[in-house]
Amino acid sequence: MQLIKKWPLYIVLLLASFYMQFAQAELTIEITEGVQSAHKIAIVPFSVPDTEKMPVNVRDIIQADLVGSGQFSALDTGSMLSKPTQADQVNYRHWAVTGQDYLVIAEIKKEQALYKIHLDLFDVVKKQQLSVVNVSVEAGSLRMAAHHLSDAIYQKIIGVEGLFSTRIAYVTSSLKANKKMQYDLYVADYDGGNAVSIAQSQEPIMSPAWSPNGQHLAYVSFENKVSEIFVQTLATGKRKSVAKHKGINGSPAWAPNGKQLAITLSKSGNSDIYILTLANLSLRQLTHSWAIDTEAAWSPDGQSILFTSNRGRRPQLYLMPSDGHGEAERITFVGDYNARGSFSADGQKIVMVQGGKGNYRIALLDRTTENTTILTQGKSDESPSFAPNGQAVIYARRKAGKEILALVSTDGIRKQDIKNTLGSVREPAWAAKVQ
Amino acid sequence: MSVNKKLVVSLMPIFLSACAGEGLKFWEDEPAKVNTELRTGANSQGCVGDNTQLEEGVIVDRLTSVTLGGQQAEGMADDVAGNTSLAGRTIYFEYDSSQIRKEFIPVLEAHGLYLMNNPKQTVVIEGHSDERGSREYNIALAEQRAKSVYKMLQLIGVMNHQMKVLSYGEEKPLNLEHTESAFERNRRAVVVYQ
Repeated sequence: MQLIKKWPLYIVLLLASFYMQFAQAELTIEITEGVQSAHKIAIVPFSVPDTEKMPVNVRDIIQADLVGSGQFSALDTGSMLSKPTQADQVNYRHWAVTGQDYLVIAEIKKEQALYKIHLDLFDVVKKQQLSVVNVSVEAGSLRMAAHHLSDAIYQKIIGVEGLFSTRIAYVTSSLKANKKMQYDLYVADYDGGNAVSIAQSQEPIMSPAWSPNGQHLAYVSFENKVSEIFVQTLATGKRKSVAKHKGINGSPAWAPNGKQLAITLSKSGNSDIYILTLANLSLRQLTHSWAIDTEAAWSPDGQSILFTSNRGRRPQLYLMPSDGHGEAERITFVGDYNARGSFSADGQKIVMVQGGKGNYRIALLDRTTENTTILTQGKSDESPSFAPNGQAVIYARRKAGKEILALVSTDGIRKQDIKNTLGSVREPAWAAKVQ
Repeated sequence: MSVNKKLVVSLMPIFLSACAGEGLKFWEDEPAKVNTELRTGANSQGCVGDNTQLEEGVIVDRLTSVTLGGQQAEGMADDVAGNTSLAGRTIYFEYDSSQIRKEFIPVLEAHGLYLMNNPKQTVVIEGHSDERGSREYNIALAEQRAKSVYKMLQLIGVMNHQMKVLSYGEEKPLNLEHTESAFERNRRAVVVYQ
């Protein structure tokens, strides 16, 4: 709980500026599979200074987080026999009798510009208090504070790092009234809340990739009628063109050290992978095959590059040393189409798009057992990205003809759709969790 | 670049036969299937209409005169854009393939000849794919399609500086549906006059 002690300062200083501006919930999570084994939790309405003036409903956000994970079911407020807001008001019997496993209560007070949240988590079965969390934030950071509180509850009960305070990036496209396409690169909370468009163009935007420290995004933009890779700093909005060579400039992937990008260029005639050093924009060509080599991803230790190649006629995943010394080794043998691979944070698993018989699905390759598991059952699933805790994968899928984002647990059991009110939503990229 | 060599070798015989006698028949048989049929002023089927044995050079002359049909050279870009001539600007491809289908060779020949005769005219050859599979792989695949067109035009005699290749992958579908026939329409290269 070292992190929790650090929260007030951390949240106020780091998050206040970034999360203040916008709060449009354009995406919402809907569970589609896997709710049967949920923990029962009661989250009592919080004591707040003035319900009308609260910028966001912290309690509802926490409840949506926990229920949205598929691992909790929440008691509706109408079924609550009492509504305590302080620890000494809790009567365990009221919660045991309604079959609850856990109870959450909280009190929010306002002192000048700061909201001070005091939250208690109880184990109803054991009749004991599990944790107490105190957070102080400005109004603009209340939503993020709520996600951090969800993380703390999740971690205490499930024993795994929560994802509710993490962020994702994704690309949208929509047809405007003037019949022109508009492409946007969004950064949002993991659930689509706090969505902010950080780049807009009438030409395609593609392949967003987070820097390891979560402060920059690399992406491809066609805004100058050529493909071009930009690196944008989120805090300032400033960006730099880092690759604009003849032909393809695509598929940026950050090295774990944050100093290099693996990218795809076709300036030598066909698609090859290059290592771009950001400090001086120098290039080192990594692959030299006549075939398509693209979609590079780094192993977490930075030693290897995973990529897609059709050097064996059909696209498959290959692995080679990132220093270029050594041969590329094919690592996928199941299915005649395996592309866009990436590693889990522990390096043990690879998630990818697997095609066969006209269907494209998300598959997981376990590097230890060499087993391949198909996680999804769609027709056109793509762009998988591991959650920072390795428990889930976010990907893009088609539902009723529309592109949406979805989550699947790495055991394939829990599935959730992230519903959207935007046009077409795709290419999700999950940022690493910054401690 | 062994793939380039392979491509040139495989296209060459098709190209030669297409305009050297035997291929003329194929031009007569096939145009109905080509939804991007050539429309030139005096001869609606390019060199197809002439049943005499023509040498390549003769065809060039005929096509040139037909295509230019009494118009000013600088006016042609608009003309092309206006779809009244060289109407077929889209070349369609098979799934996961960048090989040019023979029915599109006449379309490219018409562009090639026009560009040869208008060396100041430039084009961007856009490559596109259908939506299936991963996006960056599709960018690479669609570039190969555009490059097949580039190499074909180069073979005909168009200068390198007249052509640019730009791959959009699956990002700009022509048909927004998700059916097999929509996918067929989206796997394409487009010759865009600048």
